[in-house]
Amino acid sequence: MSGSSSSSTGGSGTRSDNAIDRRLRGLMARGEHALIGYMVAGYPDEHTCTDVALAMIDGGVDILEIGIPFSDPIADGPTIQRASYIALSRGMTPRKALEMAKVIRGSSDTPLVAMTYYNIVYRIGMERFASMARESGIDGLILPDLTYDEADDMIRVAHMHGMDLIFLVAPNTSDERLNMIASVSKGFLYLVSVYGTTGERDRFHEYTMDAIRRVKGLIMGRVPLAVGFGISRREHVRAMLDAGADAIVVGSAFINMIERSREDSKGRMLEGVRQLTYELKQATKQV
Amino acid sequence: MRLKHYPVDGKFGRFGGRYVPETLIPALKELEDAYMDAREDKEFKRDVEYYLKHYAGRPTQLYHAKNLSNAAAGAEIYLKREDLLHGGAHKINNTIGQALLAKRMGKERVIAETGAGQHGVATAMACAALGLKCEIYMGAKDAERQRLNVFRMELLGAKVNRVEAGSQTLKDAINEALRDWITNVKSTYYLLGSVVGPHPYPMMVRDFQSVIGREIRKQCMSMLGSMPDAVVACVGGGSNAMGTFYEFLDSKVDLYGVEAGGHGIESKEHSATLCAGSEGVLHGMLTYLLQDEDGQIMDTHSIAAGLDYPGVGPEHAFLKSVERVKYVSMTDDEAVDAFIKLARYEGIIPALEPAHALAYAMKIAPEYGRDASIVVTLSGRGDKDVEVVQQYIAERSVAG
Repeated sequence: MSGSSSSSTGGSGTRSDNAIDRRLRGLMARGEHALIGYMVAGYPDEHTCTDVALAMIDGGVDILEIGIPFSDPIADGPTIQRASYIALSRGMTPRKALEMAKVIRGSSDTPLVAMTYYNIVYRIGMERFASMARESGIDGLILPDLTYDEADDMIRVAHMHGMDLIFLVAPNTSDERLNMIASVSKGFLYLVSVYGTTGERDRFHEYTMDAIRRVKGLIMGRVPLAVGFGISRREHVRAMLDAGADAIVVGSAFINMIERSREDSKGRMLEGVRQLTYELKQATKQV
Repeated sequence: MRLKHYPVDGKFGRFGGRYVPETLIPALKELEDAYMDAREDKEFKRDVEYYLKHYAGRPTQLYHAKNLSNAAAGAEIYLKREDLLHGGAHKINNTIGQALLAKRMGKERVIAETGAGQHGVATAMACAALGLKCEIYMGAKDAERQRLNVFRMELLGAKVNRVEAGSQTLKDAINEALRDWITNVKSTYYLLGSVVGPHPYPMMVRDFQSVIGREIRKQCMSMLGSMPDAVVACVGGGSNAMGTFYEFLDSKVDLYGVEAGGHGIESKEHSATLCAGSEGVLHGMLTYLLQDEDGQIMDTHSIAAGLDYPGVGPEHAFLKSVERVKYVSMTDDEAVDAFIKLARYEGIIPALEPAHALAYAMKIAPEYGRDASIVVTLSGRGDKDVEVVQQYIAERSVAG
């Protein structure tokens, strides 16, 4: 049952499965860590968002996470809520977001992960969504409101299409549950760093580092460990990597950067995004 | 005993479940365990009964609305007077139960969402009475429209947080309450106001509200000597309806859930989720939703703020799928008409929400005939709606 047994056609046929895993393990083999950058499709607008994605890739993200905006994003803080709201009010749709992914895939082989809420997938249909996503070059999928307990069908469909279904765990997830989730999460396991929603934070509590150490110990190399939510600074990145993370996810910091630059020219804004990506990527290289 | 057995593993058929960020899973398990334990505890039951009787004013009466029945020219209509409860609505049945549970769990802080303010006020009252710290999330638009209710909650000692995100209404208030809970998951109790959300809320809120149906059954047996022929309740999230229907699920009594038809289903400006919606996932549950073709949640409309919600309790979705309850809708016009009729004929001003149920009961009364009896749950009183109706009549007479 491995590989794409579906009727899905399209350009991704030449691309083998496990692109995320291969990318992460390649970095880990060189003693490097990964930077995963998150952007909202349709933010700041339908056209510029593609340039933002390319600037992040140019700046050095190892994996690009594309947020498909949903009207009711309960796992997100004010920054991503606002960006999603703007994107939707300017006409972004799941289909357009996947078209954008296809454009990016056309000029880069950086693994692409779609992040959205379960209703978007449920409404379009799991099978249809997976097939559309794969055709657009999407390698993995994150659904923050689809828990392990409800995910049987989605796991099956994602597997059939050779797409990694990436699960989240939290600091309060029990060891027993963590073990079950780690054994089904493909690509990487996503540890939510804090009690809270997405959004930049000044500092992290010791419980975050404890959680990283605990999860790292429990997964025993089964799957790479990514940590995200609230991370925006080089010192955050360093602290999380030191505690045992294999990859760091940064999202709101990019959106805030774009928001702050709205008076600037597009070129300057994109340069800012590229620069921020570069700096964060450098932090993942330091030993 | 078949339908009353649900949920099974947190699901009503395929509906319900737990579609939430992972951080909430331990909290929902803790809540479920605490509730299942409390449910079997005599002392907890005694506490709930005590507050429902001495604080909220239960049991509520079943009133034979003779004049209205005559006007409807059909079945005898009986009103379950939840409007006479403390606070003026059925909401207190649930907030008392959950606030006692929060206390039992040792949670010091309670949060809740509110649309028009009814559940927020009922939560603030229960928290004041039981000495709990209380914060209410309310959409900025709703807070503007219901300024008096904001002040009422503040008077009762609650902090009201205005939600500026999204459509700034009830669904956004629920989103924000969930985000607060994710952030303060250890210290905080989320007191949800309807039979919606992730398991165990739909079951637990139904259980706390099911006192309505139990009383109706008992009162019918003593007043009529038999069960009623039909029972009618309005459905927004659906807590008063679920509380009304539950006792009758395994009987032969006809059950009707009345949704808000707004300006008419064809106008797309309504809140008739079960009548016109489609399946999806929102606020932690798989249920019927009003959504567009991409799965984005739509704005809804009803003259009754308490029905203005794009989702519905998963047990209602289940009862629709097995065709045990018939779900219908009544428009703003029909609800206002019933609102005025009940005031004129019986001297009772109902809330606009149950006015929808009343409108439907009057509509089907002739079909049932004189010998039949129909019970309508009058889930709240209409003081809060007097201004809205005044304005509505004024606009209509200008337009006419």
